[in-house]
Amino acid sequence: MPLKKIGNQTIKLLNPPSIISHYSIVGPKEGDGPLKDYFDLILEDDLWGEESFEKAERKIQEQAVRAAVDGAQLSLQDIDFLLAGDLLNQIVASGYAARELAIPFFGLYGACSTMTESLSLGAMLVEGGFADRVVCATSSHFSSAERQFRFPLEYGAQRSFSAQWTVTGAGATVLSSYGSGPYITYITPGRIIDPGITDAANMGASMAPAAIDTLVNHFQDTGFQPSDYDLIISGDLGIVGKSIVIDLMKEKGYDISKNYTDCGVEIFNPNTQDTHAGGSGCGCSAVVFNGYILKEMKKGRFKRVLFMATGALHSTTINQQGESIPSIAHAVTIDINNEQVM
Amino acid sequence: MQNFNKKDYQEYAMRKVPKPTYLKNAILAFLVGGGFCTIAQFIYNFLSSRGFNDEISSMGTSIFMIFLGSLLTGLGVYDKIGKVGGAGAAVPITGFANSIVAPAMEFKREGFIFGVAAKMFIIAGPVLVYGIGSSVIVGILTILFKG
Amino acid sequence: MDYLKAFIVGGGICVIGQILLDRTKLMPAHILVSFLTIGVILGALGLYDPIVEFGGAGAKTPIPGFGYTLARGAIEGAKKDGIFGAFAGGAKAGAGGVAAAIFFGYIMALIFDPKTKD
Repeated sequence: MPLKKIGNQTIKLLNPPSIISHYSIVGPKEGDGPLKDYFDLILEDDLWGEESFEKAERKIQEQAVRAAVDGAQLSLQDIDFLLAGDLLNQIVASGYAARELAIPFFGLYGACSTMTESLSLGAMLVEGGFADRVVCATSSHFSSAERQFRFPLEYGAQRSFSAQWTVTGAGATVLSSYGSGPYITYITPGRIIDPGITDAANMGASMAPAAIDTLVNHFQDTGFQPSDYDLIISGDLGIVGKSIVIDLMKEKGYDISKNYTDCGVEIFNPNTQDTHAGGSGCGCSAVVFNGYILKEMKKGRFKRVLFMATGALHSTTINQQGESIPSIAHAVTIDINNEQVM
Repeated sequence: MQNFNKKDYQEYAMRKVPKPTYLKNAILAFLVGGGFCTIAQFIYNFLSSRGFNDEISSMGTSIFMIFLGSLLTGLGVYDKIGKVGGAGAAVPITGFANSIVAPAMEFKREGFIFGVAAKMFIIAGPVLVYGIGSSVIVGILTILFKG
Repeated sequence: MDYLKAFIVGGGICVIGQILLDRTKLMPAHILVSFLTIGVILGALGLYDPIVEFGGAGAKTPIPGFGYTLARGAIEGAKKDGIFGAFAGGAKAGAGGVAAAIFFGYIMALIFDPKTKD
């Protein structure tokens, strides 16, 4: 049995790395939502002076990384590795941002689970002695996602009530082997779970089983109870997915109704912003984590958080071939203290 | 979680999705669709009154409605009409225009050959393929049964 | 009076489309292609003519009306020019609309940029 693995699939970090800096940038709509005071930078428009949405997304991610590194009083050369990904084909927002940043780069594709996938791998690199400082980043952009996955902006299609709104935003977190927290103490990577849903406008329902699988395995592997956390928060299950998770977790013997919510649910106001089932996209969990969650942790409101981003790993092509939508959820425990509760 | 029943889950998930506002959607589709058709009737009557025959008046009406749909799409208004009107915006010929102009505008960034021109029919393509295709079948059947 | 009839017939066809969108798993693309094909079939069988008689633009503006136009064009073409007309007739009837869409589409793409949704 490996030294730092417990149970089926959880990693217990014996020398937890610290989050020493973080930064979030969002578009105008997110900057108008319930969490607007938490974001570090709100853009006035979603092109930010660039010629295309893809180029804008690249710039947003690049700037988030630069600002996060700045915020730690470091320079880009001080960073050992960059782990980043996004929704675009060939993860071009991340790849082209990395071109500008010139940090040794691991490109990731976890769809909307990229924030916690990058935090998981980044934490392991640092705790394993392979790096002193890494940056974990991801981004998404409403218009670049619509172009690639759905319809042109001016097309008059009607959205269903289960449809979600891709967040325009980027988040970056700097992890270090030195620091005073918050710490990443446990990692529970997910398995791909596919409940057989083919409707790409109902992502919440597609991804909920993956979230449940990871949560259950996390609790079983660690022996924790939901009450050991001040906050359990998923990435972008939306209103529909959140409700499914609460119900089905209860069936499995875990009551998370009191301290569980979802980044997609929190980031928009469905009544005034017309976002139907809520926010989605890699940027959703990234900006909520790097904006809201970490800032509230610093204020002392949350001491222990289970942060779990969820991603749907389909493509339009394979969906058109009749395949359903498989998903994955990666969870990380963020703790103000460097103490293992176990 | 591997042994949960997918069929049961899918049915359960369907019940969790808020139902569309059926009546409101139908009424809005009726009003928006009816509205476009009334505009078309107005144009047809106008052309007829100028002495054009039915065939030319119909052709002129179609071209005008396509122009209207294209303009509203260019101005960034048609997607709002579509959000409210649903099928009332998609079914009339203005919707056909919208489905061509929207990708043409969107993919401008990839250039005028590989973007605008190549992707213009990415949504409306099936309409042309099945429309013209089935018209050929009708033509052939006409020859077989009346020829 | 013919405005009212156009409104009702056109609106009615759209309502059928909306109900199918809301109550079935059909996507807009499925509905448009089926409406179009139904228009071709009804047009070919002469069953769409009464709807056109009554509804005028209300029958010709929605997409089944386009199918009707294509079918009529194919039938006339077949009668006039045999097999060659069978091929060309439908496309000829629809050509004006397609040309307009291409032409205006290109111009709009030249002049306008897509705007972000809010």
